[in-house]
Amino acid sequence: MELLRFATAGSVDDGKSTLIGRLLYDSKTIFEDQMAAVEATSKSRGDEYTNLALLTDGLRAEREQGITIDVAYRYFATPRRKFIIADTPGHTQYTRNMVTGASTADVALILVDARNGIIEQSRRHSFLASLLRIPHLVVCVNKMDLVDWSEDRFEEIKAEYRDFAMKLDVQDLTFIPVSALLGDNVVDKSENMPWYEGAPLLRHLEEVHIASDRNLIDSRFPVQYVIRPMSSDGMDYRGYAGVVSGGVFKPGDEVVVLPSGFSSRIKAIDGPQGPVAEAFSPMSVTIRLEDEIDISRGDMICRPKNQPTLGQDIDAMVCWMSETGALQPRQKLAIKHTTRWARTMVTDFQYRLDVNTLHRDEEATSLALNEIGRVSLRTTAPLFYDEYRRNRKTGSFILVDEGTNNTVAAGMILGES
Amino acid sequence: MTYELSHLRALEAEGIHIMREVAAEFERPCLLFSGGKDSVVMLELAIRAFAPGPIPFAVMHVDTGHNFPEVMEFRDRRLAEAGARLVVASVQDAIDAGKVTEQTGPRASRNPLQTVSLLEGIESNGFDAVFGGARRDEEKARAKERVFSFRDDFGQWDPKAQRPELWNLYNGKHRQGEHIRVFPISNWTELDVWQYLKEEDVDIPSIYFSHKRRVFERDGMLLSESDHIELMDGEEVYEEVVRYRTIGDMTCTGAVESAASDWDEIIAEVAATRITERGATRADDRVSEAAMEDRKREGYF
Repeated sequence: MELLRFATAGSVDDGKSTLIGRLLYDSKTIFEDQMAAVEATSKSRGDEYTNLALLTDGLRAEREQGITIDVAYRYFATPRRKFIIADTPGHTQYTRNMVTGASTADVALILVDARNGIIEQSRRHSFLASLLRIPHLVVCVNKMDLVDWSEDRFEEIKAEYRDFAMKLDVQDLTFIPVSALLGDNVVDKSENMPWYEGAPLLRHLEEVHIASDRNLIDSRFPVQYVIRPMSSDGMDYRGYAGVVSGGVFKPGDEVVVLPSGFSSRIKAIDGPQGPVAEAFSPMSVTIRLEDEIDISRGDMICRPKNQPTLGQDIDAMVCWMSETGALQPRQKLAIKHTTRWARTMVTDFQYRLDVNTLHRDEEATSLALNEIGRVSLRTTAPLFYDEYRRNRKTGSFILVDEGTNNTVAAGMILGES
Repeated sequence: MTYELSHLRALEAEGIHIMREVAAEFERPCLLFSGGKDSVVMLELAIRAFAPGPIPFAVMHVDTGHNFPEVMEFRDRRLAEAGARLVVASVQDAIDAGKVTEQTGPRASRNPLQTVSLLEGIESNGFDAVFGGARRDEEKARAKERVFSFRDDFGQWDPKAQRPELWNLYNGKHRQGEHIRVFPISNWTELDVWQYLKEEDVDIPSIYFSHKRRVFERDGMLLSESDHIELMDGEEVYEEVVRYRTIGDMTCTGAVESAASDWDEIIAEVAATRITERGATRADDRVSEAAMEDRKREGYF
């Protein structure tokens, strides 16, 4: 059974919580005691119906104020797949939360209210999903019951969306007409919309092909931890532990280690169940080499003929998440990229992007909370990186404020600057 | 070769990655171990993450003194096999030293006192990262907690000031006196835990399997007869065939009637059950709807 991570984005009004509640309820993931607690709370608040949003609103402040503060994770499984939902709220803090929830997602679910069509928020969600390179986008046109299950309306919204999505880099786009409230095309195929020939949402999520989304070409192994037992029986064991972050590694492969440039051959690869014949993303393994060379955390093992870019000057899209100040020119920060920490400085602001209109403001010289822009960075130590569009693992980084230790930005590498 | 990884292998790989990251970036991590199934999975991941080397951090048991004897036996045996170094943070010691006051009466529980011993254990040992076996599917507050969860000098969790957590790039930076709680099995469900234990044939305490036990009923839960808990009027002890879904302090952990005596029967039972494990068997979470959130803010797991 495969694992699929998907991110949902939207506000209370477009029925997102109802849709998630429907998926959990119809897949029998909501337990009786959870449902009883939700019913009791709904009643005490005077709601007219059982408010499924209460299932996901976990914190006291959220329940009291009827808002969602943060990313919530939900789990359900069918006989085909196990699903992890990163449920992100749609109002304030939107960008920060969605970027957090979307960074590891295979699929993004965008909700559109059939009565309102594509609104500013739909554009923003879609842009962020494409910026984060979520490989599959599913647009659920919800509340079809309120537009008389109209095929024309559905087609109209599709056309409008496609028109706008042309400007984005979307790899796989699917439209599904649903009614989350009534359950049409969520788990079961809708009888009200016989004109829709595609799969209902759950079946689409079960079947969407994600295995080939991973990079199986560029072999990348950032060394995370060196295992070298000091006891007498493990004396000759020297292994390099980490997560395969691209490509495939096999015993016998010729490899090169960065930054030293020394080459060797893979002697063996140990997984959690013992030696493996092949290792690929996202396996956690330990690689042993034929030759004893000096390797430490932060080094990168790759193939001699396919190496990442090595450099200290990079261009990146940065999403700024700090509440305590804007990103300024020449600001110095800590950067974490793969298993490497370094320091970095903003050397140039290229533009700030309006997430609603995609307009580029080239006059901008700072990024405030939830703003996204293209900047140039110089790092104190070289990074071994790929473009984010080619490899999400070796193309991403975070920036950390050295005063507060808070994570203040997400970065996606565009290339050398 | 399809290069597909099963969900259990993917979750295992994620947990191992998190453990290695902590071992590499922190001075003094420790792993919380209660003998419960979630901590058993964590220990298993720790063994595998650093094999053939030893686990490079200590294991801490927050001991209320009200333990199931079967679990204590298991703890000592399993940790010896794993070659792990055990640190005990004892609630009894805290009571004896007058640091906390024990509740009295038939409903007395040492559960709330655990937080004091936990925080003291962290501070006196200088631990800067603490692995916990919490899972996000357990409870609504936990569903919103990060894998790396920052705690201030008082061990408090501030849900409104969580660090964004992006990709698998974890930020463990902290000042002296602060620490990070780390949850390597955040994304596992109860069923995943059982399937993993079965698939890997991992040793677990015997009380998870069906057995005969002398129990009595309180608040709809079956509590075990023991020296640590007083009977109230009308409560009668009788023998029942039960097993445990969670393991905690004897005074607040309920058994469920069950004949499930092997992996497959337990998995079938968990898959079919309609009540969460905490709702069914933990008195500590029933106090209020925000019980877990309040305890977490104070420093609990």
